[in-house]
Amino acid sequence: MQRIGVFVCWCGSNIAGTVDVKAVAEALKSEPGVVFSTEYQYMCSQAGQDLIKDAVKEHNLTGIVVCSCSPRMHEATFRKTAAAAGLNPYMVEIANIREQCSWVHKEMPLGTEKAIILGKAAVAKVNLNAPLTPGQSPVTKRALVIGGGIAGIQTALDIADAGFPVDIVEKKPTIGGKMAQLDKTFPTLDCAACILTPKMVDAAQNENIRIFSYSEVEAVKGFVGNFEVKIKKKARYVDETKCTGCGACIEKCPQKKVPNEFNLGMDNRRAIYIPFAQAVPKVATIDADYCNMLKNGKCGVCTKFCAAGAIDYKQKDEIIEEKYGAIVVATGFEPISMEKFDEFAYSQSKDVITSLEFERLTNAAGPTAGKLLRPSDGKHPHKIVFVQCVGSRCASCAEKGKEYCSKICCMYTAKHAMLTRDKYPDTDVTVFYIDVRTPGKNFDEFQRRAVEEYGVNYVKGMVGKVTPEGDKLIVRGSDLIANKQIKIDADLVVLAAAIEPDKTARPLATMLTASMDTNDFFTEAHPKLRPVESPTAGVFLSGTCQGPKDIPETVSQAGAAASKVIGLLQKDMLLGNPCVASSNQLMCNGCSSCERVCPYGAISYEDKEFPGPNRTVKVRRVATVNPAVCQGCGACTVACPSGAMDLNGFMNSQIMAEVDAICK
Amino acid sequence: MKVSYFPGCTLKNKAKELDKYSYLCAEKLGVTLEEIEEWQCCGGVFSTAKDEIASKLSSVRALKAAKSKEQPLITVCSGCHNVIKQTNYVMQNDKEFADKVNKYMAEEEAYNGEAEVYNYLELLRDVVGFDKVKEAVTNPLGGKKIAAYYGCLLLRPNSVMKMDDPENPKIMEDLISAMGAEPVIYANRNECCGGYIALEDPKAAEKRSNDIIRNAKAMGAEMIITACPLCKYNLVKNGADIPVVYFTELLAEALGVKEEKDGE
Repeated sequence: MQRIGVFVCWCGSNIAGTVDVKAVAEALKSEPGVVFSTEYQYMCSQAGQDLIKDAVKEHNLTGIVVCSCSPRMHEATFRKTAAAAGLNPYMVEIANIREQCSWVHKEMPLGTEKAIILGKAAVAKVNLNAPLTPGQSPVTKRALVIGGGIAGIQTALDIADAGFPVDIVEKKPTIGGKMAQLDKTFPTLDCAACILTPKMVDAAQNENIRIFSYSEVEAVKGFVGNFEVKIKKKARYVDETKCTGCGACIEKCPQKKVPNEFNLGMDNRRAIYIPFAQAVPKVATIDADYCNMLKNGKCGVCTKFCAAGAIDYKQKDEIIEEKYGAIVVATGFEPISMEKFDEFAYSQSKDVITSLEFERLTNAAGPTAGKLLRPSDGKHPHKIVFVQCVGSRCASCAEKGKEYCSKICCMYTAKHAMLTRDKYPDTDVTVFYIDVRTPGKNFDEFQRRAVEEYGVNYVKGMVGKVTPEGDKLIVRGSDLIANKQIKIDADLVVLAAAIEPDKTARPLATMLTASMDTNDFFTEAHPKLRPVESPTAGVFLSGTCQGPKDIPETVSQAGAAASKVIGLLQKDMLLGNPCVASSNQLMCNGCSSCERVCPYGAISYEDKEFPGPNRTVKVRRVATVNPAVCQGCGACTVACPSGAMDLNGFMNSQIMAEVDAICK
Repeated sequence: MKVSYFPGCTLKNKAKELDKYSYLCAEKLGVTLEEIEEWQCCGGVFSTAKDEIASKLSSVRALKAAKSKEQPLITVCSGCHNVIKQTNYVMQNDKEFADKVNKYMAEEEAYNGEAEVYNYLELLRDVVGFDKVKEAVTNPLGGKKIAAYYGCLLLRPNSVMKMDDPENPKIMEDLISAMGAEPVIYANRNECCGGYIALEDPKAAEKRSNDIIRNAKAMGAEMIITACPLCKYNLVKNGADIPVVYFTELLAEALGVKEEKDGE
């Protein structure tokens, strides 16, 4: 028989507000095995933990039930407390009477009744708990960063500086990400390329960093400290070790009509290309969709002009297998498609552009060499309308836009408006906004400068419709402060499109078993206290894959993620999770059901000898679980038809005891 | 399948082609329109602007008729559709109003918005399916550039009509594609034609209609299609110099069920 202590937490008024904690402690006193029961205001505080430790000694407790918040919050805390008092940490059970009880009930009697029932279930379980000892596993001292934008680059640089090897996997031919496409950065207006490209070069030259460009993660196996990753290096039909990036092949390539994605399709590139002058690695890539040689075997011009002999039409995709201790997701964002927002006439006129296209139009390396010219006729626009929140904060139109604020648009729109007025004072600039949101160091001052010093006309209200009329764009909107409808005959309309996670994020999350929110942003382990860790151990988050962010925020998060990775990689051994499955081989009938459902490949079968009747020996095929690979999800215990599979810490008998206690 | 059908007054007078080809096209696509017996005027769009009960009773009668036959009620005129759909919505959601109406009706069984109301376009999209329409086309329209004109009544208010995104609709464009023509997207396709204001202030209606025609033509339209007799009236009266036809008429042409002499 166990000697169980029950500790009911008030959590200030979080629990005590709707649960009569004294009544709960009193009611649980008479449960089987309970020898001590008390309540306290903050059980997780030092004083609360001391109270538990003292009770363990005084009452010779063998098991502990803490009625408090979710186990995700403080299970680890109370396990440590138990261990400090000399108990096995797995003799602690948490009854969640906060998130699943006091926070969802409004009436004290109901909340109290439910808290008592949850407490009884936890007591019933502890009665059947057995001490568990975690196994140990070594840590592979190498990190993987998925995504080579500013977030991925910064994370990789910081990890590499601490002396650990890092691999960056980038799906595009070059690292640099979205920041490489930007012109200037707010609020200081320094040029994006000037601050980004040195970092790209640092990454390329750092001996601890390997860059797999034009590559994608294909499969991820394993667990924290021991990930096994397959990386597909896509065929670029150019030998990276030979190509010098001279560009001769590009000049001679006869296929000149390939939409240039780096300039968002506003000009063309060749079938063999280097995305931009400062690309890293600076090697050419052949676009197989457009290359005449690869499509129909007729051309081969680039081979003739390549002095290095780097062109290789027979190159195949290559699979690289590597082991990692930690994985950082830095997959970034994309602006949403404007297809569902055609009230702004994006598909109807070339002169309706997105803000990212505007960046390219004002960038010295862009399609107009930095001159602000209309895409339709190359003329200088004299009236420009910026529309903010296109698809953002769209609560009433969630099926076409996003409910969240994209966070960066207010600032970059102020930047665009200010730069336009600075370079072209003869241009009228109007910005339509719902709210101007500029919290950030020197941000509000920046936006005010756009209004006060540069004379940008800010209108509170939304645009209802843009109608192309001749070479003008008739913009109809409302001015909510003046309470009137306005009509502007603009030359150029710029839409601040909402941002969403990159399309590769969702399949990647499945591979990593990392959770996402409804908007496909990766979920952090705790929104306040563990913002750069995914709930999946060993997986970390960097940049906009976790939520909209500007560059300074992205860089700080990238550094934070790196420091978490460094903390993990400097350990030699990791304690495993002892709550793993085990097979009772006497009961196993070798059906393979468990093997089929196991998402981690932790189950294998072996032929084993068992004693039969009359001293015979019988060989049977039975399941075994690799505890280092098992994640304790429990799928096999459900699939097993003979009841041979069980999960330590969540034994079938324990779960049934909990159910019985609840239904009693 | 069989569905209940509410044509509306205009379809028996000025908009006969809209009505006739609704029947012919539906038949070709395997749907039988059963005109509800002794239907009356939907009440007209003006009735939706007032809380009056009397003007909504005829819509309720049409809805009850469909309910008793356990069929969805199909409308084709944008005006009728708007009135009947809005009336059904009030009957579903405003208990006080529904009680009053049911007392007026003084019939045995109360009506509380049980019938389903679809516009003919929704019938094509959601019941028949545009892919099936495409298969049934025998006379594809050869990439002709056609502008869909929605007007205001077909899609708004969105919370009630729930047909398509009122700011950026595509239901008629998808139909145009299914018929083998090329839809023309233009900004003013969901602007008001002026509607009944044509009676009080013809100049205002003229301006509205002209904006629509000019915009459609500027985007390359060779023809405009609509579901609304009033829209067609305003566009034609105010000098549309490209054909303005009902969508059912064009569908009949694509499906090969159009009679040669019509449409003159």
